[in-house]
Amino acid sequence: MATITIDKACCKGCNICLTVCPKKIFVKSRQRNNYGTAMPAAENQDECIVCRMCERMCPDGAIDVEK
Amino acid sequence: MNKLYEKYIKKESLPNLFCPGCGNGIIQIAAMDAMEKLNCKDDVACVSGIGCSSWIPCYYKLDVIHSMHGRALAFAEGLKLARPDKKILVFTGDGDCMAIGGNHLLHAAQRNIDLTVVMVNNYIYGMTGGQKSPTTPIGAKTKTSPFGCIDEPMNACKLVMSLGASYVARWTTAHPVQLAKAIAEGMDHKGFSFIEVLSQCPVQAGKNVWGEKEPAKIMAKYKEVTYLYKLGSNDPTGAMAEKNAEGKIPIGLFKNDENAQEYLERVEAKLAESGIAR
Repeated sequence: MATITIDKACCKGCNICLTVCPKKIFVKSRQRNNYGTAMPAAENQDECIVCRMCERMCPDGAIDVEK
Repeated sequence: MNKLYEKYIKKESLPNLFCPGCGNGIIQIAAMDAMEKLNCKDDVACVSGIGCSSWIPCYYKLDVIHSMHGRALAFAEGLKLARPDKKILVFTGDGDCMAIGGNHLLHAAQRNIDLTVVMVNNYIYGMTGGQKSPTTPIGAKTKTSPFGCIDEPMNACKLVMSLGASYVARWTTAHPVQLAKAIAEGMDHKGFSFIEVLSQCPVQAGKNVWGEKEPAKIMAKYKEVTYLYKLGSNDPTGAMAEKNAEGKIPIGLFKNDENAQEYLERVEAKLAESGIAR
């Protein structure tokens, strides 16, 4: 099972991760990042297939997938 | 935080200054991935010009020159001649590379000097507020073309291929794995490697060029408007074309000439011929 962490200091809330994840693990949340925009939340993390597309596609390097 | 950030990025300067959803961050990670693949962090030096895209290497824990507008390739050529042992990675934008530094691009490509140029093409001058750049498509309304752009856009890959660059590829930010592979191949290749990356600028080009402000939707559009060109296939339009019959932009590896003579080799040969020790 993979553990996904989203860095609150790096995330800018561009929502690219919502569309690139093939399992749709990232969802919108009400939590704010340091930039001041709404950041995504990683739900149903046990469905993650560790393709690491979110890591590559996050322009701010905020996402880390730990296997 | 991304695992590669620990090794390659000055963490005290984070978060980076790019707008939310900017493609430059994806290219930054792809270039780090390429360096990780080749395991050549200590041999790399970066040069960049002026523009949003030229901020990419400034976050790296590497030797970086953030040079004058358009002169990135001139600085890089000098650096390569002084330090032939280094792999030089040049980050430049479309306006930086083709408008202001157009002449330097022509001559660097024609010499086939061993550089790896990553040209970030976002179709607009993003940093200065959205003016028309040489690659802005026809009909796009920008700050300096309020009735729609009337100029034919420049095709950078075609330009450098016609001048003799030996490795030419085009990818988009929606293809990060292929992009990292292309940068790694370009750094390994001996000769002028030119990699054009179609990137999204959601703030400036988003509303003017693509009519879409969501970065994810612009990237989905890039997947729609491009098709994969296969090197060696009997493609009737070919890599030199701006668009194919269906109006799609070719992406992929366009040219990989291993036998082209590199500039430094010619310099060394001439020096040896004249009996001068370097």
